[in-house]
Amino acid sequence: MWMLEIPPFVPFFIGAVIAAVTRGRLRGLVMVLIPVLSAIHLWTVPEGSHLQFAFLSYELIPYRVDKLSLMFGYVFHIAAFIAIIYALHVRDTVQQVAALMYAGSGLGAVFSGDLLSLFVFWELLAFTSVFLIWARRTQKAYTAGMRYLIIQVISGLLLLVGALFYAAENGTLAFGYIGLQGIAGWLIFIAFGIKCAFPFAHNWLTDAYPEATVTGTVFLSAFTSKVAVYSLARAYPGTELLIYIGAAMTCFPIFFAVIENDLRRVLAYSLINQVGFMVVGVGIGTALAINGAVSHAFNDVIFKGLLFMSMGAVLHMTGRINGSDLGGLYKTMPKTTILCIVGAASISAFPLFSGFVSKSMVMSAALENGHNWVWLMLLFASAGVFHHAGIKIPYFAFFAHDSGIRASDPPSNMLIAMFIAAALCVGIGVYPAALYSLLPYDTGYNPYDATHILAQTQLLFFSALAFVWLNLKNLYPPELRSTNIDVEWTYRRVLPAVWQGTVAMSQRVYGLFSQSVTRVFTLTTNYLAHKNAKISGLLSDKHPAGSMVLWVVVILASYLLLTFLQ
Amino acid sequence: MAHLPILQVILPLLAAPLCLFLKRPKLVWLFACVVTALTFTISVLLVQQVTSTGVISYELGGWAPPWGIEYRIDALNAFVIMVVSGLSAVVLLAARTSLENELSSNRQTYFYALYLLSLTGMLGILATGDAFNVFVFLEISSLSAYALIAMGKDRRALWASYQYLIMGTIGATFILIGIGLMYQMTGTLNMQDLAERLPEVAQTRTVFVSFAFVVVGVCLKLALFPLHLWLPNAYAYAPSIVTAMLAATSTKVAIYLLIRFTFTVFGLSFSFTTLPLNILFLVLGLLGVFVASTSAIYQQNVKHIFAYSSIAQVGYMIVGISVGTAAGLSASLMHIFNHALMKGALFLALAGVMYRLGNVQLKSFQGLGRQMPLTMAAIVVGGLSLIGVPLTVGFISKWYLVVAMIENGWWPVAILILFGSLLAIIYLWRVVEVAYFRAPNKDNESVKEAPLGILIPTWILVLANVYFGVDTRINVQIAQMAAENLFGVAP
Repeated sequence: MWMLEIPPFVPFFIGAVIAAVTRGRLRGLVMVLIPVLSAIHLWTVPEGSHLQFAFLSYELIPYRVDKLSLMFGYVFHIAAFIAIIYALHVRDTVQQVAALMYAGSGLGAVFSGDLLSLFVFWELLAFTSVFLIWARRTQKAYTAGMRYLIIQVISGLLLLVGALFYAAENGTLAFGYIGLQGIAGWLIFIAFGIKCAFPFAHNWLTDAYPEATVTGTVFLSAFTSKVAVYSLARAYPGTELLIYIGAAMTCFPIFFAVIENDLRRVLAYSLINQVGFMVVGVGIGTALAINGAVSHAFNDVIFKGLLFMSMGAVLHMTGRINGSDLGGLYKTMPKTTILCIVGAASISAFPLFSGFVSKSMVMSAALENGHNWVWLMLLFASAGVFHHAGIKIPYFAFFAHDSGIRASDPPSNMLIAMFIAAALCVGIGVYPAALYSLLPYDTGYNPYDATHILAQTQLLFFSALAFVWLNLKNLYPPELRSTNIDVEWTYRRVLPAVWQGTVAMSQRVYGLFSQSVTRVFTLTTNYLAHKNAKISGLLSDKHPAGSMVLWVVVILASYLLLTFLQ
Repeated sequence: MAHLPILQVILPLLAAPLCLFLKRPKLVWLFACVVTALTFTISVLLVQQVTSTGVISYELGGWAPPWGIEYRIDALNAFVIMVVSGLSAVVLLAARTSLENELSSNRQTYFYALYLLSLTGMLGILATGDAFNVFVFLEISSLSAYALIAMGKDRRALWASYQYLIMGTIGATFILIGIGLMYQMTGTLNMQDLAERLPEVAQTRTVFVSFAFVVVGVCLKLALFPLHLWLPNAYAYAPSIVTAMLAATSTKVAIYLLIRFTFTVFGLSFSFTTLPLNILFLVLGLLGVFVASTSAIYQQNVKHIFAYSSIAQVGYMIVGISVGTAAGLSASLMHIFNHALMKGALFLALAGVMYRLGNVQLKSFQGLGRQMPLTMAAIVVGGLSLIGVPLTVGFISKWYLVVAMIENGWWPVAILILFGSLLAIIYLWRVVEVAYFRAPNKDNESVKEAPLGILIPTWILVLANVYFGVDTRINVQIAQMAAENLFGVAP
C-alpha cells in the first residue's frame, strides 16, 4: 500500500532519466529493477481512481485502476521486463532511454481515466517509440520512422479533436464507454483504429517494425497496438462494426505474410492478424468475448515478443533476416530454435500452449452469438497463422535448406529473456486458471474440453500434414531454394488458379498503388522544392514599401466599401 | 496606492533620460532592470486591485473626465499591462549579455533609454482611457521601436526599420484620422464618453469611415494578414533582445487596442452587426494563419521562421475575436498571455544562438542539439507550446479557442485551427531536425552552450510556459473575467 498515488509510468520515466546518465552494469541493474519494483507496487494497488485533479473545467484522472487496466498493466510490466533483459547488452543510450519512456507511456495510457491524459500518453507513445526505429541509424529506418511518426501523430490529433467534441457534447472528459455516436465517437474510433492497424491503416506497422533495431522491435510489438486494443475494449465494446473489421484483420495479413521474405515483416503481419482476433472479441462484446480479447492480448504480448526475440537473435547473430538467405541454423543455434518453436506453438494455439487458452475464447464467443461466418473466417485465420507464423518462421530460419551460416546461439541475456517468455507461454497454457483469475469477468470458461482439443488438434494436424506433403512434393524443383517466396509457391499448387491470380493481382495492385502514391508524393515535393524559391519569394521576400502601402489601401478601400454597402 | 495607474507609466518615462547620465553599460542595465521590475510589481498590484475592487479610474492632474485625461484600469488592460511589463522585465535581464556581441558599448546607454521609452509608450496605450492619449503613446512606443530596430548589427536593419517606420506611421496616421473623425462627431475624446455618445450618431457615414480608419490602422500595427509585410524583416534584423521584446509585447498591445476600440468604444453591436467585421476578421485571421505558417516553412533564417509564426499566432487571436462571444474573446486574451510567454522564450533562445554563432541561419543550427543542449531544449519546449501540446500554455489557448468555435457551431473553423497546428509542427520540425539529426558544421565545432546571462531568463520563460500550462488560475481566470466584463458592459 506504499505510495499509492504513484502511477506506474512514474517509475519508468524516472528510470529513463537514470538510464540517461548511467552506463554499463549500473544502468543494466536500474533498468531491470524498475519493472520489477513497479510490478510489485502495482500488485498491491487496489482498484479505484487514485489520482484526480481539476484542469480547466474538467476532472482529470491520470491514474484509474480497474480489472481491465490492471490486466494490461501486468502484461506491460512483464513485457518490459523481458524486453529489457533481452536488450541488456545494448550500449546505445538513446535506445535504452527511449525504451523505458515508451514502456512508461504505454502504462500511462492504460491507466488513464480521462481522454486528455490518454491523448498525452498516446502522443508520447509515438514520440518515444520512433527513436527505437531511428536507432537502427540507416536511411531506410529514418524514412520509415518518419512515416510511422506522421501517422501516429495524425492518430493523436484525431483523438484530440474527438476529445474536444466529446467534451463539448457531454461536458466531461471521462474515458469510459463512448460508442459510435456523433462526430466525437467516430473521430476517436478512427484514432484508435489507426493505432490498432485497421485494414488500410495498417501500413505503418508492417513498414516500420521490421526497420527497427533488433531489440527495439521487441518493445514495439508489445505496447502500441495493445494500447489501442485496450482503448477499444474500454470505449467500444459490443460495436458490431468491429467484428467485421477484426475478421478482415485476421484474414488479409495472411496473404501478405505468405509472400513476404523478411521474417520480421512476416511477424508484423501476423501481429495484425492476432490483433484482429482481439478486435473481434471487443466487437462481440459479451463477457466471454471481452475476456477472450483481453487474455489474447496478454498472451500475444508474450508469444509475439518471443517470436520477435528469436528472429531478432537470428538477425543479431547472422546479420540476415530474409527467409531465402537463412536455413539450417538449428545445428548451431539449438536453444534459439527450441525457444522459437515454443513461440510458434503458442501463436498457433497448440493445446498446452498459451495461445490455445485465449484464442478459443474469442472463437467460442463468435459461435455463441451466431456469427458463423466470422467463426469460419477466424478458423481460416487460425490455419493461416499456423502456416505462416507456426511453420514458416521456424522452418525457413532454422531448417529448410542449409544456408551454410554457422552462427552460434545469442548472448545469454537474450537467451534468458526468451526462456522467460517461453516459460510463461507454457505455464499459461498448462495452468490457465492463473490467467483467468485476472480477467475482468468471471465466466467459468474451460478451454480443455474434448471438443476444443479435438477440433484444434485436428486443424493443426491437417494443416501440418498438408504442409509436409506439399513440401515433400516441391522440395525438388531447384529454383525453390533460391527464390524468396517459396511458401507462396507451395500455396499456388494447392489453391485454385483463380486464387493465384487474385493474390498476384492484389499484390500487383497494391504495389502499383503504393508506387503511384509514392510517385505523386515525390513529384509534388520535388515540384514544391523546385518552386521553393519562387514560393518563398512570393510569400516572404523583401517587399518594397510601395506594395505594402498598396495593401493598406486595398484593405482600407474594402472596409470603406463594406461600410458604404451597409 | 491610489497613484498606481499613472506610476507605472511615469516610472519608465522618467527613468529613460536618467539612463543617459549613468553612462556605464552595466550600471544602466542594472538600473533599467530595477525600473522594469518595479513596473512589473506595480502591474501585479494593479491586477490584484482590479480583481478585488473593480475598475480603477484615475484623473490625471485632478481634472475630472471627460475634460481631463482619465486613466482607466479594468480587468482587460490590467491583464495586458501585466503581460507587457512582466515580459519586458524578463527580456531585459538577458540584455546585458546579449548586447555584448550585438551592439558597441558606447551605444548601449541609448539602447536602454529607448527600451524604457518604448515600454512607457506601450504601458501608456494600455492604461489610458483617452483616445487621443492613445495616439501620443503610440508614437512614443513606435518611434523608440524604430530606433531600436535600426540598432541591429546587420545593415539590412536600417532598411527594415525604415519600412516599419513608413508602415507604422501610416498606421498611426490612420488611427489619428479615425480619432479625429470621432471627435468631430461627438466632441469628446474620453473613451467612456465616446462609447456613450457614438450610438447616437452611429448611422452616419463619418462614424463608419472613422471606424474603418481606426481598424485598418490598428490592424497594420498588429500585423494582420495582409498588412504583415513589415514584420518579418523588422523582427529578423533587429538586435535579438529587441526582437524578443517586440514579439512578446508590441503586437499584444495592438490587439488590445483593437479589442478596446471594437468592444468598448464602438460597442459590440456596432462593430459586429452594423459591419460584417466578424466575417472579415475570420477570413483574414484564418488566411493569416495559413499563409504565414506556410511561409514559415520556407524560411532559411530561424528568426524569420518565428516571425512568420508570430503573424500566424496573431491570426488565431483575430479568429478568437471574430466569433464575437465571450468565450472566443477570452481565448484570444489567453493567447495574448500565452503567446507572449512562448515567443519570449523562443526569441531569447535565439538570442543565445546569436551570441554564440553570430547568425541564426537554419543551416548553422547543424548539430547544435549536442553543443547547446539547454538552448535547444528551450526551443523544443517553446516550440511544443507553440504547437499547442498539453501541459504547455499553448494547449490552453488552443483548447479554449477550439471550444469557443465548437460552441458557436463553427466546427470547420475548429478543424482548420487544428490543421494550422500541423503546419506549426512542420516548421518547428525543420529546426529540430537540423539541430538534432545533423552533424555539426566544421566551423561551429567549438561552439559552447549559451552564457548564463541569456540562459536564465530564457528558462524562466520556458518554465513559465509549462507552469501556466498546468496552473491556469492566472491566465484563464483573469482573461475570462476581462472578456465577461467587456460583454457585460457592451450594450
